Amino acid sequence: MQVPAELRYTKTHEWMKREASEAVVGITAHAQEELRDVVFVELPKVGKAVKQGEPAAVIESVKAAFDIYAPVSGTVTRVNEAVAKTPQLVNQDCYGAGWLFALAPSAPAEASSLLSSEAYAKQVQA
Amino acid sequence: MSMSGPLIFERSVPGRRGYVLPPGDVPAVPAADALPEDQLRAIPPRLPEVAEFDAVRHYTRLSQANFSVDTHFYPLGSCTMKYNPKLNERIAALPGFAWLHPLQPASQVQGILQLLHELEQLLCAVTGMAAFTLQPAAGAQGELTGLKIIAAYHRRRRARSTILIPDSAHGTNPASAALSGFTVVQVKSGPDGLIDLQELRRKLTKDVAALMLTNPNTLGLFEREIKTIAALLHEQGALVYMDGANMNALLGISRPGDMGVDLLQLNLHKTFSTPHGGGGPGAGPVGVTKALEEFLPVPRVRKTGARFRWETRGRATVGRVHGFYGNVGVLVRAYAYIRTLGREGLARASRTAIINANYLKAKLQEAFPVPFDDHCMHEFVVTLKPLLAHGVSAGDVAKRLLDYGHYAPTVYFPLIVEEALMIEPTETESRETLDEFAKALVAIAHEAQHNPELVRRAPQRMVVDRVDEVKAAREPNLRYHASPGTASALHASPGDRSIFP
Amino acid sequence: MDYAPNTDAQLQEMLRAIGVGSFESLISTVPAELHARALEVPSGLAESEVIALGEELAGRNRALTEVVSFLGAGCYAHLIPTVVDALASRGEWLTPYTPYQAEASQGTLQAIYEFQTMVCELFQMDVANASLYDGASSVAEAALLALRTTERSRILVSEAVHPHARETLATYLIGSTATVQEIPTVNGVTDLEALGKALRDDVACVILQQPNVFGCLEPMGQAGELAHRVGGLFIASVYPISLGLLQPPGAYGADIAVAEGRCLGSPPAYGGPGLGLFTTTSALLRKVPGRLAGCTVDQAGRRAFTLTLQTREQHIRRERATSNICTNEGWLALRATIFLSLLGPRGMQELARLNLEKARYARERLREIPWISPAFDQPVFNEFTLQFDAAHPVEAVNRRLAAAGFAGGFPLAEWYPAMPQGSLWCVTELISKASIDRLIEVLKRVG
Repeated sequence: MQVPAELRYTKTHEWMKREASEAVVGITAHAQEELRDVVFVELPKVGKAVKQGEPAAVIESVKAAFDIYAPVSGTVTRVNEAVAKTPQLVNQDCYGAGWLFALAPSAPAEASSLLSSEAYAKQVQA
Repeated sequence: MSMSGPLIFERSVPGRRGYVLPPGDVPAVPAADALPEDQLRAIPPRLPEVAEFDAVRHYTRLSQANFSVDTHFYPLGSCTMKYNPKLNERIAALPGFAWLHPLQPASQVQGILQLLHELEQLLCAVTGMAAFTLQPAAGAQGELTGLKIIAAYHRRRRARSTILIPDSAHGTNPASAALSGFTVVQVKSGPDGLIDLQELRRKLTKDVAALMLTNPNTLGLFEREIKTIAALLHEQGALVYMDGANMNALLGISRPGDMGVDLLQLNLHKTFSTPHGGGGPGAGPVGVTKALEEFLPVPRVRKTGARFRWETRGRATVGRVHGFYGNVGVLVRAYAYIRTLGREGLARASRTAIINANYLKAKLQEAFPVPFDDHCMHEFVVTLKPLLAHGVSAGDVAKRLLDYGHYAPTVYFPLIVEEALMIEPTETESRETLDEFAKALVAIAHEAQHNPELVRRAPQRMVVDRVDEVKAAREPNLRYHASPGTASALHASPGDRSIFP
Repeated sequence: MDYAPNTDAQLQEMLRAIGVGSFESLISTVPAELHARALEVPSGLAESEVIALGEELAGRNRALTEVVSFLGAGCYAHLIPTVVDALASRGEWLTPYTPYQAEASQGTLQAIYEFQTMVCELFQMDVANASLYDGASSVAEAALLALRTTERSRILVSEAVHPHARETLATYLIGSTATVQEIPTVNGVTDLEALGKALRDDVACVILQQPNVFGCLEPMGQAGELAHRVGGLFIASVYPISLGLLQPPGAYGADIAVAEGRCLGSPPAYGGPGLGLFTTTSALLRKVPGRLAGCTVDQAGRRAFTLTLQTREQHIRRERATSNICTNEGWLALRATIFLSLLGPRGMQELARLNLEKARYARERLREIPWISPAFDQPVFNEFTLQFDAAHPVEAVNRRLAAAGFAGGFPLAEWYPAMPQGSLWCVTELISKASIDRLIEVLKRVG
């Protein structure tokens, strides 16, 4: 299973990538496999303030809805319109074209609580 | 092309009429003279244009693409799909019930008022509650009404914001609680599938307004500690709400009012045999203790001497949840049912429902594990988890059952059992049907081990094969759009299977 | 009679197969102290006895088949083609559950899809659901949707919206922080000036009814524009039969349009079951309460139907569902579908025209009675408000009419105390000219 080394992870299966002043967020390969066919993605509004660990987006399969939690606190700067139109991108390319939203972190220190790729891989295998 | 044939829109031929209206007997007035132009419709609604016989054949053929209680065993857990007596339809269709206007003066509707008044009393007798409102249109609306009553009761003392709900509860319970502004706190079930008293004590704060529980619960188990549970809640000043969806287990056996329940809803379309109609209508009367009666919705039917009337005001009422008086047509059917069965018949119905469920459980137990094994009440849950090893899920088995001519039990519910099948046979099924169903399920378990592909690809004997729900959700198509030039594309393509062999 | 086929002998054998000696040991989980005594319910009856009982009770009501009724006020009796009853009473329609197993429920699912399409066409809206309970609770659900989607807290509702809808809304809002403000009327229609003054950017929605509770036609287009100007939603509660002639809500910019749909093929049944029609725009699709049927394909690529977008619903999202509704009014939706397919576009137009013309004729003739005057000077569809002079109390006049075989107009004072002499009259296609003429004769004799 793919767990890219350059990303940071949450216990709840989100990944986060630091890019300049932004943090890009998506869900992990493990999560999308568990979800199976993603049929709908509800993204936050740009400008919305989110808190670490609180729901920021929703991903739905046919018979279930899953909250996507913000890995760190911040303000939503961009959302992936493509994934809103074509939700299967989450299944096809969860670390690339299937990203969900980007944040401007408001408390950068929070990132230290995230998991490394090794730690996340260990959690998933356990 | 669907197997059940074209859409009614695709049968449409310009100029066809399915119904002729009587000629006008008053002076004709062009609409443009009678109404301001900006109030007039510009484009007529694009409804189908079909002959009466087109409609008759269309909707008759469509009906034959359905499983129903009249045609198939329908063991949906917690839905109580019992036989819907034809007699009740006849009574409800009497013009003196079906063709009444809700605002006719009381002097013209004494018969229906008496029926509703008697029905309230019969429901009180069956449940041991002090008073009922018949207004809620369905179980979930009954729950909502109950929660509004709970809120009103506490507001008079000290507002409370938490509702405790066991993890085995129907989805409507937390949805109704949230809709009433309450915070839902889940109570985990114990290892026996019942409410865990220690867990309950831990979560029972001063902020708890009520516990919403289902008895028997969705595993088909009677909450044997119900009196203790009720006492715990009452000590804290909280109330006990019972989801009465499973009342078919309790008629003449045990009364919620005696258990310490403060309020409950009944689902007349379950326990009292009114037909489900492919989704509704139902009726969800709410029964309460004397202390809560003042909060019931208005209007309420009152008897003074030998006369009946509506009382439209109530000082502490939560208001109303439905136009006029609720689903009266459903209430008439339930009344006819209760009067037909009477005291002995109701008790025998629940006894038989319990025996049927335990008999079926015993027959299935060799092939399927029962997670919380005790004598069940009117329904039980088996887990199909062992079949996962063969790549067969509970959903697959449900689909395969259709091929065997049985509707599927409730699947993946309650949520606390993996790969759950929740089976409620009801009292109106014969032993022969139960035997057949058990045989089918055991045969499917065998297929799952030896020919799993067959089960995974089921059903194959329906008018359609397995339906693509992912496509339905990703590309919602919720209505037909007539596009010019497609009329000729209506005829079945050669590969299509007809529902008529 | 209990409809349970297993004989006592079979039940005994089944108990043995279960491995218990008696039924009592089967229910040993029910504590003895909770065992019910014999229920205080009368003994059962034979079928013929139940029929006699039913006919006796029904006989103590005066059915609309025996009286000439001018009652409407939110419950409208209309003709029902014979075919509707004949088809809808088939067990395959009457006795299935919600179509959760799509492959064994294609009939119900296709019928819902047809229903959704017909309602969309009639309302000129994008999306219709598979039904809610009734018109009143549909208004409440529409307002809840508006609160959720705008994240605002104020609801403006015209006082000319049916009081049952307003009361249901108030009950649904118990426990919520949202507030409701009623907008007054002037000359029988919503006061747009008052509405304009009440509008601020915290308004989630504006709710009007067309025709309104007094029978008058509202300026829906203007009210909708006002609501949109502050970013609120415009909710219209309409009368489906009127849509054969009147502007559909989609044409005047309604964001949500709801209705009591029982008039489409189901009898009044003393006010219930009703049929809540709920429609909205594509933009609000994901917020819709209740079930939706969708068209898709099966494994072989053939057209098939299924319930869809179910993650909105209570059985999946539980406390975060868009509504708690589960059971709806599916059987009445089927009846409406058959009704609309039989009537077709021309039938709906002609039906609406008959109502308009009969009401107009009755209203004209009632002017001949010196103590009766129209309460408002407004265009109407098939219902209108009359004002009786002080010497003719509404209830007393109705008693005289009842003796002559009429159910007179509804005394509005019960809902609007400020209108002690208001009487609400409805004239549908079921009322003949001869009945209207006879009514006038009787009223003239009242003096």
